[in-house]
Amino acid sequence: MHKFANPTQFMRIANAIYPWIAGLCLILFAAAIPIALVFSPPDYQQGETVRIMYIHVSSAWLMMMIYGIIAANSAMFLIWRHPMANLAARASAPMGATFCALALVTGMLWGQPMWGTFWVWDARLTSTLILFFLYIGYIALSDAFEDSERGDKAAAILALVGSINVPIIHYSVEWWNTLHQPSIMKASSEGIDSSVHPSLLLPLFLMMGAFTMFYFALLVLRLRSELLAAKIRNARLSQIAGHAAAQPAE
Amino acid sequence: MTRKRRRLYFVLLGLLALSGGLALVLTAFEDNIVLFFSPTEVAAKPVCAQRCRIGGLVANGSVVKEGERVSFDVTDTVETVSVKYVGILPDLFREGQGVVAEGKMTEGVFVANNVLAKHDENYMPPEVADALKKSGRWKEGEPVPAAVVH
Repeated sequence: MHKFANPTQFMRIANAIYPWIAGLCLILFAAAIPIALVFSPPDYQQGETVRIMYIHVSSAWLMMMIYGIIAANSAMFLIWRHPMANLAARASAPMGATFCALALVTGMLWGQPMWGTFWVWDARLTSTLILFFLYIGYIALSDAFEDSERGDKAAAILALVGSINVPIIHYSVEWWNTLHQPSIMKASSEGIDSSVHPSLLLPLFLMMGAFTMFYFALLVLRLRSELLAAKIRNARLSQIAGHAAAQPAE
Repeated sequence: MTRKRRRLYFVLLGLLALSGGLALVLTAFEDNIVLFFSPTEVAAKPVCAQRCRIGGLVANGSVVKEGERVSFDVTDTVETVSVKYVGILPDLFREGQGVVAEGKMTEGVFVANNVLAKHDENYMPPEVADALKKSGRWKEGEPVPAAVVH
């Protein structure tokens, strides 16, 4: 794991796998979008509204996974001071916030016709809204200090503290009674069980795969440009330092 | 102990303490976090003298509609609460399905001013649902037999 902390090493591996991730993302989207939005059958109670689920569940999956990645990277940054971990966490945050917002909005659009309301303050919806605020707080805090290192540390601590919310979101539908339905996937000793018919589960898996690859592809792109920006900054700084050395103060 | 080791233990201990504390808080506030009470809880405690929400299944054969006036029973298979409501019902509202009603108890009847439908976690095409009902292997509101999904 520690060898990924070296930016040059990391980028060599990341650049090598990037075409595969991006290609897989394109293929999965090319399959998922027509199947999920047009060719898959409607649901017996929701009718065509079920198609919102493919976007909603995929976004919700990513908002949880990305927060987990941010929290793990923040821990690595705080404990081992890996700058690469900090970069990965910071680059992920806006994407996580976007998918969290997407999950909230698609959920509301589905809730109005199905439940009869856009919003209730049940445990699942409220904890998801808190996750959105954690994302926004993380982004704001990491840019709130003049000294960027202090901002990075403060934001990493916030990310770690907030990571407790992730299992709460996941188990909220089991621990408390909520308006939100229970999970459609149940892991048991006999493997993963689902209450969704295969004809509706396939487009969901395709969409979740496509969303996940999309995130990783964007992450590599963002990290690449962050590292280039850091290189330019360093080159400028040494240029200024060179100037200062050449012209001693009077 | 190196500094890195120390930081690792500090982070782990911090997370442990934090989740312990939060678990206590969430347990203490359980009554405030649940969205609704079941008919059994309503029967046992006077929780719905003030405004509250009750939730359960719409009892089979209990729905009576007169224009916008609706009355139905909410059951958790142990206790049953009669509900009166005037207004528009959500699309998913029907007998055997989950429902959440907001209002308060007046003279033994729950007068609701808002009714929400609860959606279950079963997703399938209409043909599959029809086939299952015809063969008698499944009724609405029940969990779907695992064999169907695999």
